[in-house]
Amino acid sequence: MKDEVTREERVTNLKGLGSSRKRVEDARFTQGKGHYVDDINLPGMLTGDFVRSPYAHARVKSINIDAAMALDGVVAVLTAKDLEPLSLHWMPTLAGDKQMVLADGKVLFQGQEVAFVVAKDRYIAADAVDLVEVEYEELPVIVDPFKSLQSDVVLREDLDPTAPGAHGPRKHHNHIFTWEAGDEEGTNAVIDDADVVATEEMYYHRTHPCPLEPCGSVASMDKVNGKLTLYGTFQAPHVVRTVASLLSGIEEHNIRVVSPDIGGGFGNKVGVYPGYVCSIVASIVTGVPVKWVEDRMENLMSTAFARDYWMKGKISATKEGKITGLHCHVTADHGAFDACADPTKFPAGFMSICTGSYDIPIAYLGVDGVYTNKAPGGVSYRCSFRVTEAVYFIERMIEVLAIELNMDAAELRRINFIKKEQFPYDSALGWEYDSGDYHTAWDKALKAVDYEGLRKEQAERVAAFKRGETRTIMGIGLSFFTEIVGAGPVKNCDILGMGMFDSCEIRIHPTGSAIARLGTISQGQGHATTFAQILASEIGIPADSITIEEGDTDTAPYGLGTYGSRSTPVAGAATAMAGRKIRAKAQMIAAYLLEVHDDDVEFDVDRFVIKGAPERFKTMGEIAYAAYNQAIPGLEPGLEAVSYYDPPNMTYPFGAYVCVMDIDVDTGVPKINRFYALDDCGTRINPMVIEGQIHGGLTEALAVALGQEIAYDDMGNCKTATLMDFFLPTAWEVPNFETDFTVTPSPHHPIGAKGVGESPHVGGVPCFSNAVQDAFRPFGNRHTNMPHDHWRIWKTANDLGMHD
Amino acid sequence: MTNQIVKMTVNGEKKEILAEPRELLIYVLREKLGLTGAHVGCETSHCGACTVEINGKSVKSCTMFAVQAEGTEITTIEGLGSPDNLHVLQENFKEHHGLQCGYCTPGMITRAHRLLQENPNPTEEDVRFGISGNICRCTGYQNIVKSILSAAAELNAAKEAAQ
Repeated sequence: MKDEVTREERVTNLKGLGSSRKRVEDARFTQGKGHYVDDINLPGMLTGDFVRSPYAHARVKSINIDAAMALDGVVAVLTAKDLEPLSLHWMPTLAGDKQMVLADGKVLFQGQEVAFVVAKDRYIAADAVDLVEVEYEELPVIVDPFKSLQSDVVLREDLDPTAPGAHGPRKHHNHIFTWEAGDEEGTNAVIDDADVVATEEMYYHRTHPCPLEPCGSVASMDKVNGKLTLYGTFQAPHVVRTVASLLSGIEEHNIRVVSPDIGGGFGNKVGVYPGYVCSIVASIVTGVPVKWVEDRMENLMSTAFARDYWMKGKISATKEGKITGLHCHVTADHGAFDACADPTKFPAGFMSICTGSYDIPIAYLGVDGVYTNKAPGGVSYRCSFRVTEAVYFIERMIEVLAIELNMDAAELRRINFIKKEQFPYDSALGWEYDSGDYHTAWDKALKAVDYEGLRKEQAERVAAFKRGETRTIMGIGLSFFTEIVGAGPVKNCDILGMGMFDSCEIRIHPTGSAIARLGTISQGQGHATTFAQILASEIGIPADSITIEEGDTDTAPYGLGTYGSRSTPVAGAATAMAGRKIRAKAQMIAAYLLEVHDDDVEFDVDRFVIKGAPERFKTMGEIAYAAYNQAIPGLEPGLEAVSYYDPPNMTYPFGAYVCVMDIDVDTGVPKINRFYALDDCGTRINPMVIEGQIHGGLTEALAVALGQEIAYDDMGNCKTATLMDFFLPTAWEVPNFETDFTVTPSPHHPIGAKGVGESPHVGGVPCFSNAVQDAFRPFGNRHTNMPHDHWRIWKTANDLGMHD
Repeated sequence: MTNQIVKMTVNGEKKEILAEPRELLIYVLREKLGLTGAHVGCETSHCGACTVEINGKSVKSCTMFAVQAEGTEITTIEGLGSPDNLHVLQENFKEHHGLQCGYCTPGMITRAHRLLQENPNPTEEDVRFGISGNICRCTGYQNIVKSILSAAAELNAAKEAAQ
């Protein structure tokens, strides 16, 4: 039969790699037919609600539940005493520590879970929460990690102060771990002998991922069949199943965990929270489904925060600006329990990527984790593990070094970039960067914004300000980032012992459409759209004919979930590899149908053709049908494949950002006039989705840099627990972003993709911060801490005498 | 507390429900009428995930009692368009990638719908100001603004063609 469709049209019809395919998720979301945890309503379902501690540190003397239990509609009130016989009053954290599920004798942060009320509806539950009488005895509160390490006050009385913790020896009863990378002695020697040394201390403040949908779960224990179903806001549903099994003693095959649609995660939904555990226990106790959904205040006060890193840096260079060494020490405030979500062997995440995009011959990093009376967490908010902290640190150190050298910061970056020919590059702190072309990206970015022109304009504006003609100043924020994402190789990356591989399972249906299931879970990234595109290019079936499913542990293969930009690097690779297995079998089927040897056919877009005779072919549709209706000698019927992909290395996306900002020195209000973002995420799967990810990540970066924080007073009261105080930018505050790209494929990834969702956040935070700081550089600024809210910007101007 | 009967018209259909005086409208819509499109994001009127239209005004249904809706006409996301005939705004949000996780989307589209009634020819600035009561954590708004402006242009073109 004559083929009437051109090859080009066949490629287009697939909507495979590189296509800005519209999202398949959007039909249901735009019609209000998303299905989130709080949309789940099971027959007879009860509601759970927490009694929380008003104190940051107190002994719990007594809990009286009588009045609460007497209220009509209250079914149960659980306290630590009720959970203790089940050994569920404490639970392990992802960081090798343990955390109270319900207050066991004391509370360690404001908002900590004290008792769990189960009632017929949310209103009765809330009434009952008020009726639970808790007697507290206040204890001294520590919110400063430096004071914590000096204090006689023991925060964690449950731990033996002399015994090592999960990450080695502890120096003090409030100390958690010391983690080191690199050569401290060698680095100090280089820095001591250097021409130029810049030192700086910076605080990367505490903030919170704050997805629009708060965390929640619905547990349903079916006592007849002995099966537990747990729906929840889980970025890692399979790990949750394993943890739930280990904690509850219910065999893993009897637990089904489902992540339905998730209303944003950004790292907040990686860990396991007391609410999940309590909903499970309550369902087991009551025999009916129990829903727990937190409110916004509970989300901001008690679920996982991000950052809270006190970073001290020393960077040395020659007079010409060639960097010779880097020293970094971090005092990491982890709050009351060490509940960071990092791979087990990396208690400070991948902070050791802090040598950035630069060829730094020697470096050292030391991190000390510390307990305080603040909420636990330390998750990676829109970044791979602690990568935002690392990139912020090095991009600020570069700026400070530029000041020390009296040099242009763009030029300083250029002369220190790792060169294209140095890849794969072994960094001083032990990472093997897979690929990069930093100079090309940097030159393209600077040219796009007319960097020289901007500096001239800035100089004129400084002069005008000094002449008293204007009260606004101009800042040019630069950042160049290298991320480390796609965790990770099983040999060194695991979470609770589970290797950080990921998976994909594909079934081709007889009529030539398919379903693929993955171990990840989308929270807005559009996996149902983009993973189908990877597969379309691999197996020649149109993306529109491929269903992608994730998040149901009864049907999806085991995977470690979605965070740390790992979905495309790991599960995306598994998808490609599983697709290749399908293709290998399809080749044999095609050869049989065409009556030639396997080696005589080759894959071409959506079919196998006879080499040298492309008019003789079998389409993937025909092959799929044959797989189910023909007895092919030597082949099993059916067309299915599964791949578990253990990545050989991380991927290293990079990018070059420039922000141009005006600042009103009298009001402290910044106005972003331009933001240019060049991203290199390797092979681009769906440019439309990539662009959307970049807009979103930059907006979250703007938030963090310019105002968003979780702040405490000295009593440990959380001062930012509502959206009145916790800054989420609106459409009014966010500018339009210009996006651009280069493409440097990852050499070890099956399709060369590196991941992109977190890049804009990682690169964006230092870029916005550098813009503010750069505006004040001509007036003597060296470094001020984020968040640069209006007051702090005004204060910077005031401290520099600009209001005199 | 004594339950009260509340009568209202929701998406063109007359509804009669029994609600506690303290019960918030969002929970009645979501749990008693099964309209789970509007979401709860903050319970303090900041995020707009719960936005619905009441008597021709955008309202955050998480801070309004159901009994206050007595006698009103309410439109929710479920009342705009149908699977076979999406509303122009729904089409444009799909077309311009104006959503990611989808949690803010129903409130955002419902708000945009009212905005275009109030101002059929908005500038970008009008749109940005007009949706500033609705927070999106995923998109950075750029494509939401694009979606709404494109929908406005399409609606205006259709109006012109009809005249």
